[in-house]
Amino acid sequence: MAKEKFNIIVFSGDLDKVLAAFILATTAASMNMDVKMFFTFWGLNVLRKKKLTSGKNALQKMMNFMNKGGADRLPLSKFNMMGMGPAMMKIMMKKSKVPSIKEFIKTAKGLGVKMIACTTTFGFMGFDKSDFIEELDEMAGAASFLGEALEGKVSYFI
Amino acid sequence: MPIIKTAEKVKEMQIGQILEVTANDEGIKTDMPAWCKATGQEYLGTEEKDGEYHSFLKRIK
Repeated sequence: MAKEKFNIIVFSGDLDKVLAAFILATTAASMNMDVKMFFTFWGLNVLRKKKLTSGKNALQKMMNFMNKGGADRLPLSKFNMMGMGPAMMKIMMKKSKVPSIKEFIKTAKGLGVKMIACTTTFGFMGFDKSDFIEELDEMAGAASFLGEALEGKVSYFI
Repeated sequence: MPIIKTAEKVKEMQIGQILEVTANDEGIKTDMPAWCKATGQEYLGTEEKDGEYHSFLKRIK
């Protein structure tokens, strides 16, 4: 029996939204679904290494300096309070044994979830493969996502 | 989280073995039967004791 496909576009780079995406992705994978996560725009931050500089021209370098990557540096979509929000949220998560985003990435990979980065965003933000963590599986565009989505019953935009 | 851990554990089990999952997450009452239905395993029930939930399933495939 072929696996059911579950595709998620992770557009948001907010800790709370990305957490929801990973909980859905890992649970779906644990139910034998074929899960693909397409990271685009702010979602690319989840797969970016913590680097001070990236980008090819001045504007990209400035943007990427302000928008530093790293799965452990994601802001909250509400109550970010200059970084106090996510700091408090992480303490609460640890107390309730909810894994961190970094831990979720490892669990997801272990369960066979594919992590895909959007080539369009990647291009105009001036990134290089070396800016991304090794868990990144492949690069793809909107047509690839849509092709996968057409074959599945469930597709989400987070 | 209990469901993810369940999936990982069931992979290591032999057919016919029974697994008891203990969780303090009330969601397991509906999550476990849903997971068993999706993966074709046999759901045996969930008991609540002292604020914890004990869910049982049997690996049948």
